[in-house]
Amino acid sequence: MPDSKLLDARIPGGPIEQKWDKARFDMKLVNPANKRKYSVIVVGSGLAGGSAAATLGELGYNVKCFCFQDSPRRAHSIAAQGGINAAKNYQGDGDSVYRLFYDTVKGGDFRAREANVYRLAQVSVNIIDQCVAQGVPFAREYGGLLSNRSFGGAQVSRTFYARGQTGQQLLLGAYQALERQIHEGSVTMYPRSEMLDLIVIDGRARGIVTRDLVSGKIDAHIADAVVLGTGGYGNVYYLSTNAKGSNCTAIWRAHKRGALFANPCFTQIHPTCIPVSGDYQSKLTLMSESLRNDGRIWVPVKKGDTRSPDQIPEAERDYYLERKYPSFGNLVPRDVASRNAKSVCDEGRGVGPGALGVYLDFSDAIKRLGEDTIRERYGNLFDMYERITDENPYKVPMRIYPAIHYTMGGLWVDYHLQSTIPGLFVIGEANFSDHGANRLGASALMQGLSDGYFVLPYTIGNYLAQTKADKTTLDHAVVRGAVDQVQSQEKQLLAIKGKRTVDSFHRELGKIMWDHCGMSRTAAGLRQARGQVNELREEFWTNVNVPGSDAELNQALEKAGRVADFFELGSLMIKDALEREESCGGHFREEYQTPEGEAQRDDERFSYAAAWEYKGVNAEPELHKEPLEFEYVHPSQRSYK
Amino acid sequence: MKLIFHIWRQKNANSAGRMERYESAQMNPDMSMLEALDVLNEDLMNRGQEPVAFEHDCREGICGSCGFMINGVPHGPVRATTTCQLTLRHFKDGDELYLEPWRAQAFPVLKDLVVDRNAFDRIIASGGYVSVHTGAAPDGNAIPIRKECADLAMDAAACIGCGACVAACPNAAAVLFTGAKISHLGLLPQGEVERHERAINMVVQMNEESFGNCTNIGECEAACPKEIPLEVIARMNRDYLGAALAKRK
Repeated sequence: MPDSKLLDARIPGGPIEQKWDKARFDMKLVNPANKRKYSVIVVGSGLAGGSAAATLGELGYNVKCFCFQDSPRRAHSIAAQGGINAAKNYQGDGDSVYRLFYDTVKGGDFRAREANVYRLAQVSVNIIDQCVAQGVPFAREYGGLLSNRSFGGAQVSRTFYARGQTGQQLLLGAYQALERQIHEGSVTMYPRSEMLDLIVIDGRARGIVTRDLVSGKIDAHIADAVVLGTGGYGNVYYLSTNAKGSNCTAIWRAHKRGALFANPCFTQIHPTCIPVSGDYQSKLTLMSESLRNDGRIWVPVKKGDTRSPDQIPEAERDYYLERKYPSFGNLVPRDVASRNAKSVCDEGRGVGPGALGVYLDFSDAIKRLGEDTIRERYGNLFDMYERITDENPYKVPMRIYPAIHYTMGGLWVDYHLQSTIPGLFVIGEANFSDHGANRLGASALMQGLSDGYFVLPYTIGNYLAQTKADKTTLDHAVVRGAVDQVQSQEKQLLAIKGKRTVDSFHRELGKIMWDHCGMSRTAAGLRQARGQVNELREEFWTNVNVPGSDAELNQALEKAGRVADFFELGSLMIKDALEREESCGGHFREEYQTPEGEAQRDDERFSYAAAWEYKGVNAEPELHKEPLEFEYVHPSQRSYK
Repeated sequence: MKLIFHIWRQKNANSAGRMERYESAQMNPDMSMLEALDVLNEDLMNRGQEPVAFEHDCREGICGSCGFMINGVPHGPVRATTTCQLTLRHFKDGDELYLEPWRAQAFPVLKDLVVDRNAFDRIIASGGYVSVHTGAAPDGNAIPIRKECADLAMDAAACIGCGACVAACPNAAAVLFTGAKISHLGLLPQGEVERHERAINMVVQMNEESFGNCTNIGECEAACPKEIPLEVIARMNRDYLGAALAKRK
């Protein structure tokens, strides 16, 4: 597998603003009457998968869509709060496609592919139009026009929102479009179905193996192309803001069938989450980043200070962000805020149970603006905080701590969103393409819908137009082999009958990943963690306890399969973090920092996407590189002092 | 604190179920109800027993996956709160909690506390959308929408499809759910074109599923974790009646 052949990103020539037009013109088309002869499998029903399945159905393809939840409307895109960016410039404040492109490349710390990001910014305006037409109830001004808010990493107001439920409303728009196609018969929906393997025949993706989560039945499905829109893998850390069911199984098993996995170590840690309150904790809840506009972040100056916050005088408080970054203060970007919170807690100055938290204090803002103004701005967030913690943030400072939120890494895709396996397309958070080493707020929704509504439907047509639909049947030896393999893995998991539950392994794995491959990383820590993860994986396969059978609804068995994959992915993430001897965006290697303690990139050596090839569970993966070239946005050092 | 759970155990859709009693280990009042079940399940598995199956995903009150009856009330005793956000501090040490799946003919039990809510998807599929193809949309600001209309539409669109309204209703009616989608789209100019067909098609589909009829009791509104107001039902009835009178279908 020579690098050059494998990692041809197929970026069209010409000026960046004309690349997408040119690519679309050069694409082969499928005749409308022939579209129904082609079948496409879409796995995942979130913003990316749901919008892709609906659009492919509208175009006339024969679509099968799969999700593990009981309904496509439950996909985790639904939980996105803040909003969706688009370069509409409705506010007349100087926004443009180019500025959104620029902000996104810079925000990603110069580790994303320019051509993809430019296309994302171009398409962003179509997304808003499409969603409005679907009846998405975006916030409006009194004059009836669309309202915008500001978000981190940008100096213009380009974020469209629907209260604090933007993800929900955009997902319901896509879900409704999908249900329309289901009603019309162009899409067949398979809820409560989990993809457990990819079928690759003669080097092309030709189908998937699924488990019906109610009956336990293992089935194979054949198609002319497969699309994965299965989200990110933040749950490798056990505790994250992801939904409990979010997992890496679909992309990981595709990886094991030959799809390269790019930049696995690029994870985003969100600074404002409600801290862990005990060992039982099952997930972390995000509090909107907007709180940092009026709240002041501090910890006690003294280590181990357990006085209640109102007993700590001003002189004994350390407003560490204001101290270290006087010009940006509490509004430094996510990665910087997160790292600093961790370091003060590591010094023993954290607050709350377990001393893993920092104060986000509104008392100055309440004094200055009055409680009513603060209630108007943040009332529902304060209510949510109180519901979870039983503390009144109007009286007592909030406690916050960073949490795993999003994964920028994912399966490697070219400009056409096709992976290294022909016929396997990957969209949304599941691919690696647009956010580099750090994603800006309100850009995840934009990417999911861009891929699903406006990019994939073209590029997959180009693939299908050059592919002869052939009639592979379920009797094909490769199909039978894949089904057998899935079944035997399930039998194996059930037969172990060990002493530890799946969750106990998952928690321990998450702890190792968080401690050594989380907010800050060192070579020594990563090496140690790799050994620990591999040992724990071996123990898992000899000592896990999965009750029940494979012929029923068995949630422990579902989890066991997912955690088995998290072990292997975790090991690869550590390998990738070890290999990347620089700090960039969410990837902070302690050895590589400026004298002021900021991330120090090494563009000379690491200006590439690291795409890993699977070589076997106990074999070292092989690194392939896609060099990144910056013709338009020139890499510079970010500073927030 | 310790709790005593009485939980509905049912192996699958075809077998009979029964209530089982479990004494919990020490629980922390900051735990959510679902975390309490996680702990109970760990305990059961460590003792070689089968864990309780229950539905959950986002655990932040938005995906609509979770929910069961807690002492006869969908999502438990705290208003505007889903099961995943209900913390144990609302209960006392030694409380006995009866956990049962949603009870409705249209929501058959699949296992323990898990029910099949696909009837909701079929109602949406029958007309809960604006029929626009991807790519054919005019500019987002081409049609101004009064802020009040957008806000009212958003109130209705906040439905998470959890099924608590059906579970709360003595008739197991699905009118709050159906009315919420009819209201959301009917309040916006984008939804106006298909407003009559949508009302008729969705009401017809709702009646074809095994939901009961509405008799204006209002339990659904009280149980709704997103506080969808009863007026969405009035809007549904108005649109349905208007469509019938206009004889559009």
